[in-house]
Amino acid sequence: MRLNQLTAHELHEKLKKKEVSSVEITEAVYKRIDEVEEKVKAFVTLTRESALARAREIDERIARGEEIGTLEGIPVVIKDNMCTEGVLTTCSSKMLYNFKPPYNATVVDKLNEAGAVVVGKANMDEFAMGSSTENSRFFTTRNPWDLDRVPGGSSGGSAASVAADETVYALGSDTGGSIRQPASFCGVVGLKPTYGTVSRYGLVAFASSLDQIGSFAKDVTDCAVVYGTIAGHDPKDSTSADFEAPDYAKFLTGEVKGLKIGIPKEYFIEGTDPGVLALIQDAIKKFEDMGAVCEETSLPHAEYALPVYYLLATAEASSNLARYDGVRYGYRDESAEDIITMFRRTRSEGFGEEVKRRIMLGTYALSSGYYDAYYLKALKVRTLIKQDFDRAFEKFDIVISPTSPTPPFKFGERVDDPIQMYLSDVFTISVNLAGIPGISIPCGFVNGLPVGLQLMGRPFGESTLFRAAYAFEQNTGYYKVKPNL
Amino acid sequence: MSTEYEIVIGLEVHAEMKTESKIFCCSSTEFGGDPNTHICPVCLGLPGVLPVTNKKVVEYAIKAGLALNCQIAEFSKFDRKNYYYPDLPKNYQISQYDLPLAEHGYLDIMLDDRHKRIGITRVHMEEDAGKLVHQGATMASAKYSLVDFNRTGVPLMEIVSEPDIRSPEEARLYLEKLKAILQYTDVSDCKMEEGSLRCDANISVRPVGQKEFGTRTELKNMNSFRALQKALEYEVERQIEVLEDGGRVIQETRTWDEAKGITLSMRSKEEAHDYRYFPDPDLVPMVISREWVEEIRGTLPELPDARKQRYMTEYGLPEYDAEVVTGSMELSDYFDEGLKHTGNAKALSNWVMGELLKYINASGQSVANPEFPIPAANLAELVELIDKGGISGKIAKDVFRDMQEKGARPGAIVETRGLKQISDEGAITAIVKEVLAKNPQSVEDFKNGKDRALGFLVGQVMKATRGQANPELVNRLLKEKMQ
Repeated sequence: MRLNQLTAHELHEKLKKKEVSSVEITEAVYKRIDEVEEKVKAFVTLTRESALARAREIDERIARGEEIGTLEGIPVVIKDNMCTEGVLTTCSSKMLYNFKPPYNATVVDKLNEAGAVVVGKANMDEFAMGSSTENSRFFTTRNPWDLDRVPGGSSGGSAASVAADETVYALGSDTGGSIRQPASFCGVVGLKPTYGTVSRYGLVAFASSLDQIGSFAKDVTDCAVVYGTIAGHDPKDSTSADFEAPDYAKFLTGEVKGLKIGIPKEYFIEGTDPGVLALIQDAIKKFEDMGAVCEETSLPHAEYALPVYYLLATAEASSNLARYDGVRYGYRDESAEDIITMFRRTRSEGFGEEVKRRIMLGTYALSSGYYDAYYLKALKVRTLIKQDFDRAFEKFDIVISPTSPTPPFKFGERVDDPIQMYLSDVFTISVNLAGIPGISIPCGFVNGLPVGLQLMGRPFGESTLFRAAYAFEQNTGYYKVKPNL
Repeated sequence: MSTEYEIVIGLEVHAEMKTESKIFCCSSTEFGGDPNTHICPVCLGLPGVLPVTNKKVVEYAIKAGLALNCQIAEFSKFDRKNYYYPDLPKNYQISQYDLPLAEHGYLDIMLDDRHKRIGITRVHMEEDAGKLVHQGATMASAKYSLVDFNRTGVPLMEIVSEPDIRSPEEARLYLEKLKAILQYTDVSDCKMEEGSLRCDANISVRPVGQKEFGTRTELKNMNSFRALQKALEYEVERQIEVLEDGGRVIQETRTWDEAKGITLSMRSKEEAHDYRYFPDPDLVPMVISREWVEEIRGTLPELPDARKQRYMTEYGLPEYDAEVVTGSMELSDYFDEGLKHTGNAKALSNWVMGELLKYINASGQSVANPEFPIPAANLAELVELIDKGGISGKIAKDVFRDMQEKGARPGAIVETRGLKQISDEGAITAIVKEVLAKNPQSVEDFKNGKDRALGFLVGQVMKATRGQANPELVNRLLKEKMQ
């Protein structure tokens, strides 16, 4: 195996034993990028020089005999909606094509403190709005398993870079499935943590009450290590929970005896790919074989999740994205003679079609006379959806479902039909509405395309998710299969 | 016969809170400073930043709410008010909509000899916007415009009155009282000239007896108490004229043109914004414990009405005097300081309301300024000098003029200028005799019962002594000599 194919915890052992250096690991990653990036197109920005400088620093530290953390000297890719001081942060939008933040997102600070080596910034659907990364204003990222297919989205660049071994792990953000769905499509592990456990400071907002930063990794162990590193209270984020992340490694025991798993009947609906359904049934069987207890349960308001999401997320987005007006930073239309025309042209040209569609939907939902019927009603149904989960978790430790109804689809297949595109998040959205954690792990292949299994847990129940996911992973081994690029 | 109209006014006041840092970030709130020096990524609304509420702001707003007799909410939240304007970096303002921090309060004003209670609908917190500097007269005609974000995120309280105000004068009295209360409470500097106190007015008229309100207009840009009253007076006349001519008042926003002394239409209701308020998802709702509210209540100072009562009951001041002296906290503090040096509260209040206010208005000085030339102790000393028979009231006015030289004490002035009252009977008798000899006609008149003649003769004696003779003594001696 080449260095860039290994996991962080494997590389950490080699670094500690001085078998390899951080510079060697980093160079292996860039060598891989040089080989395959033309096909995958996962990156908006590469930070080769600063990454190598950082790697040399870490190597000096190791040479001096200093203790190093698990992520120290290990390459990471960051989705391009997380602010990196002095490094372009574009949200894959023309609107922010030239924006270099004067500050780091809290997660970036935390990774820096942990000694991470930032390789580059990953492509995404513009402002995290999309499920295929086709909404990037720059270029489309391709699925490493089949270059004719989408990597999922919106964190498509992050997922593809991990699957293509262009990095060891990556950060993404998940508002309605933007980590789990691309993780499923690219055959990697992806965690959407409990709302409030990872600081949103410096994450360019799409829908503030739903956005959450999480990790992509090649196995559950790495995913848990990264989560343990970036989670924790942040005084700069008022919605951040008063919470200290424990050491998640101790939950990775490999056994799930007696674990109670709920199978929500509403998630096994017509329209889901039969191949995907069969893999999920296999997974349930696998859990039972390992001693877990699987039973059917019900999340009765599941069918409303999609409309509720598209009212709340767009309403918040319409306000969050109002600041991009050409006055202070980013793209500005220079031809306008007056301020209103400048606003209008800047926003008409700076935003792509999907972003504009959602801003309009959200503006409508908040408008005087419609607020009660749309926004307020959606808030109430959101509470019902959350209560569905509360009830399920009275009886079950976790709830499982497919991550996405289908394997990765082809480019262009859904871009002209927003509803079809939105449906690819139908199983992931409820998790964001309820604020609970969800993880997608590889559970097999349909026609050579990866499929993900979604595990959902109680608020702050990441440890249980990791325990179950790790046991499944170690007993199946799908995560070890690599795409042919 | 012409219709009698009733005026209905409600005021919306914005007061900047005097916290050291801004409402949602650590940037300084200091007034002035070079443009864009009191800023940070949060108040600039850069991508990805998040607001964190300054606890001091909530504390100050609760304090103001309590001083205005409001009920403090147990559960409150911030909302976003969405509108596009280049001085608003996020293109929404974080404000409060349906769950304000404080509601159902009131304040009392004194109108001639009547008390009137004006209801306060609500007190809420919000962030201020930045300042546009146009390179030209207006944004439309300017070659370009600059934005200064120093003021962006400075904490504001919005205080909304009930439509209980019935005249422009009441409106001015309400605003004066509100300013005094906020100053006493020490939550705002309330400097209208620096924009730390701003006032908008909703005004309508209706025929006396009609139950429904008339159509209202909203007035903006009134930058002084005087401007508020003038603008409202103008608007009352304008609306009545429209109605008398058979027209309809249009619901619109109008701006006060100070130079022309008129109000001008800014935008009509049709052009009004739909602000699309919704709860700010970046800020969690606030649960305000009763313990905290009581703790804050414990820090409230003596408010104007309580001080007024104290002056009336403890010092026997007439209500009018007590109202004037407590009209501003600095004046009231000055008065309190003076009372430490004299027991004659009524005389002190006469001097404060008379000569002192005249001097303040003419000189533009503030009694709160440590450099103020007439410390309260000096004015009290003057009162004492008069009381103890040291100088006459007339001389005292002279001495007061000299006291305006910084720090000059009245006793010293009297000493150096030799203004001490003459109470030596022998010396005055000599002068009385002289005056009587020079004015036989007046003596004759007095003897014929014309009392006015006595006044004239007293005046002559005072003149001869340059006002220094003890007037009571002069009176007695004149009468004795004319017996």
